[in-house]
Amino acid sequence: MAGIDHAPPPFFKQGPAPLALLTFYLAVSLAIFVVDLRFQSLELLRQSIALVVDPVQRVAQTPGSLVDYAASYFQGMRALQQENIELKHTQLTTAPNLQRLAQLEMENERLRKLLSVKEREKASGQVAQILYTARDPFSRKIIVDKGQQAGIVAGQPAIDETGVVGQVTRVFQFSAEITLITDKDQVVPVQIVRSGQRSVVFGLGNGQLELRYMPANADIQIDDVLVTSGLDGIYLPGFPVARVVNIERDNAYSFARIFCVPIAGVENFGEVMVLDARQPLPPAPPASAGRPGSSEQPALRGRNKKSASREN
Amino acid sequence: MQPTFSSSRILQPVRPWFIVFSLIGAALLNFLPTAHWPGVPDWVALVLCFWCIREFRRVGMGWAFVLGLLMDVADGAVLGQHCFAYVLLAYAASSLSRRILWFPLVQQALQVLPLLVATQVFQALMRLAVGADFPGWGYFIGPVVATLLWIPLTFILLLPQYRPVEQDPNRPI
Repeated sequence: MAGIDHAPPPFFKQGPAPLALLTFYLAVSLAIFVVDLRFQSLELLRQSIALVVDPVQRVAQTPGSLVDYAASYFQGMRALQQENIELKHTQLTTAPNLQRLAQLEMENERLRKLLSVKEREKASGQVAQILYTARDPFSRKIIVDKGQQAGIVAGQPAIDETGVVGQVTRVFQFSAEITLITDKDQVVPVQIVRSGQRSVVFGLGNGQLELRYMPANADIQIDDVLVTSGLDGIYLPGFPVARVVNIERDNAYSFARIFCVPIAGVENFGEVMVLDARQPLPPAPPASAGRPGSSEQPALRGRNKKSASREN
Repeated sequence: MQPTFSSSRILQPVRPWFIVFSLIGAALLNFLPTAHWPGVPDWVALVLCFWCIREFRRVGMGWAFVLGLLMDVADGAVLGQHCFAYVLLAYAASSLSRRILWFPLVQQALQVLPLLVATQVFQALMRLAVGADFPGWGYFIGPVVATLLWIPLTFILLLPQYRPVEQDPNRPI
């Protein structure tokens, strides 16, 4: 109370009336809310504020990560040995597949060439550490430690060692925000491994996913595995997404309600692999032509292929 | 100024840097990984509400708006969500401050509760209106915990303003 403590209160200079100020600020807030939600044109404002907030947030995460580090440091020798044995065991069990992978890939490539089918895209990407879960309780997002500096762009898919985790939705200078596949209405085009049927899976917002628009008599069973179909031009085909856990068939509705759980440790902390953006599908709409690094490659690809076929 | 208007104890004037310091501290508390635990209060809203009631001439809707923007970006929420709620909170707190400060601390806390609940409710309404998922009732426990913290918080934040009860005879006020 500066006025009462020191100087006489400024009776005649009190600025705008509180109600006017309130109306002004509320109007600005609502305008920002709508513009950010509908037009996504405030990313510059968000990024400049994030430049200030992000380091502070990382500092605030250090006590937690220090505790984790200390816990893992004092973890018993036995537990580590046990983990080591298990890892060696897994390595051995996957070894036969991995050792033949190179040969299979070559064979696949040759067969595809014989059939003159476009060759498969190779998955490449970069490993990113999960910094923390975004605090917003209304959505499911994580923040990773790679951003514009590492060449991450919005739209890249992220996987962990078992399956698809989510998709990069916002990129800051030194960090990026990944929306998990369990976020409400986050969509992933999938294919059922057993039957080869294609569909889309939607996040429900409660940790589960729902396979929508499947007819009530569709050939689907509990424990069916869904993998990415690759039709969207974002996710490469073949990454595990979810496993069916519950099917409700009701003849009153034309669609079955099919619930799935994600296969990847979507809600766990750790590391994710952010896959490089896919080469755009052939009939690219003009709106997506402005994406960095995407306009040059298809032409090059096409030329290479033509020259290759001429040589053959 | 007194701890409450009915108290006869006189406090020193608040130092502006302490207000800034406490708000930064509150933001740091918000950024801690504990934010996902149920019942963890929104520290920024609580401290902002405190200063809007204590120092409504210094801390008002402008501060609320800026803090709201910071929290929106930090949360990864839609921009404007915290701004809207915090500005309303600041307005309500500063217009009720002349009334609230007459009451003892327990009754102050009871009057602060609806303000903090409204802050959460407005945010939830804004997000639900645009199709977000209901965050669960744990989201609304935070304000209740914050209300319980009102008494210790008042004591801590007023601590730099208390002067010794026993006056030093060699020192004028």
